[in-house]
Amino acid sequence: MGKPEVITPKHTAKDYKSAVKPVWCPGCGHFGVQSALFRALAYLDLPPQQVAVISGIGCSSRLPNYTACYGFHGVHGRALAVATGLKLARPELTVLTVGGDGDGFSIGGNHFLHACRRNVDMTYIVMDNEVYGMTKGQPSPTTPPDWDSKIAPGGTGINPFLPLAVALASGANFIARGYAGDPNDVARMLVEAIRHPGFSFVQVLSQCITYRPEEKEWKHSVHASPEEPATTMVAAAQRLVGEDSLTTGVLYKGERLSYTAHIHPVQRSLAEIEESFVL
Amino acid sequence: MNTITTLEELLAHAHALESEAVERYEEMAEQMEVHNNPELAELFHKMAAVERKHVDKVEHLAGDNPLLRLAPWEYRWQTQEAPESVPVGHSHYRLTPYHALSLMIACEERAQAFFAEVARATPDSTLRTMAAQMAEEETHHAELLRQWRSRYPEPEPGWEVDLDEPVSQE
Ligand SMILES: Cc1ncc(C[n+]2csc(CCOP(=O)(O)OP(=O)(O)O)c2C)c(N)n1
Repeated sequence: MGKPEVITPKHTAKDYKSAVKPVWCPGCGHFGVQSALFRALAYLDLPPQQVAVISGIGCSSRLPNYTACYGFHGVHGRALAVATGLKLARPELTVLTVGGDGDGFSIGGNHFLHACRRNVDMTYIVMDNEVYGMTKGQPSPTTPPDWDSKIAPGGTGINPFLPLAVALASGANFIARGYAGDPNDVARMLVEAIRHPGFSFVQVLSQCITYRPEEKEWKHSVHASPEEPATTMVAAAQRLVGEDSLTTGVLYKGERLSYTAHIHPVQRSLAEIEESFVL
Repeated sequence: MNTITTLEELLAHAHALESEAVERYEEMAEQMEVHNNPELAELFHKMAAVERKHVDKVEHLAGDNPLLRLAPWEYRWQTQEAPESVPVGHSHYRLTPYHALSLMIACEERAQAFFAEVARATPDSTLRTMAAQMAEEETHHAELLRQWRSRYPEPEPGWEVDLDEPVSQE
């Protein structure tokens, strides 16, 4: 191990915290994701007003309220659509989208596919607790088929969605998985994700201690990938299909060019535009 | 594996260890405020204030030398986070003072183990002396907390059971 990297940022993690106290259950993994995010932003030394955190609905989607950055707590499943518009209109901002597996893979599933495909330069963090936390524990697309609960006795019997493989197939340019119990490792991934051009997807396994208390065991079962990130889709596909869903690390780094808006100079004056709205 | 080789690195670690402990205790105090457990909120605020004094102490030790800051993942902890931070996932809204003090004791014990390992592994005598001193202080803190905890009975199993179901929010 070489010398540790010394940094000299003006910001510390505290600078990104707002005065709003999180309503998450004590012990929730989302606290770990929040710590990781603040540490990553401090490392990158980004002024809070240069960062926008966009979300949908869910416990995880409350994160923008807890940051001192710009934020938009939007409509369930539509965070990526809002974030895409924002990034294209204000490319100088660092745009982060955050949310849960329900928000991103159920109601927002279609937006997820197309955000990967469009490859706009932003980072999407899914705080995946494999359940709908906010609405009291319904199974989500990543819930194991045999998870027994009051609402789905005996389990749903439905195969879970593979978010990383779907992201790859849909065109995401950076794919990583972290674990909320290891915020420093997640911070490292977020720094890489934010720096990597194009659409970066980071799934963070984030335990729901209320509805999925067994997820506390993740701390014993997650394991870091010993391999470097794959750099071709073929290599990444071999890695992401059939893996155990508990392997952490940066798993894929692609080289697709990110999509940018083609902004044309305004041809018409404001008065002319207003006029065209008058019937 | 421990590769702290200079006094600056040791002080950087001590500073991060104490500062992150302050942040985590404040976070837990806020959690307890939100979840209507005022006794625990007060206890965590108190502990954050104690750790803040330890931050000052490290700054005093560094004197005029600027304290190094490392990338978060570059600290040579033996644990996932800085050893004096209560790990994410160990909090609960029905914690009792006995539990909170147990979590705090575990933090001091991990910090002790960290500094003891630095002292054991280094060939540098100045570094060894300072790390050993820090380890000793952590042992002392753990002992004080154990005395404090002895005033509380150990809670019965099932302390976390809540007959009221969680409420749905949106
Ligand atoms: C249009 C719409 N449909 C359904 C809901 C109800 N709802 C709120 S949050 C949520 C799912 C939250 O789960 P997830 O995104 O995994 O986040 P978590 O709470 O687990 O962090 C649902 C279905 C809603 N608010 N709006």
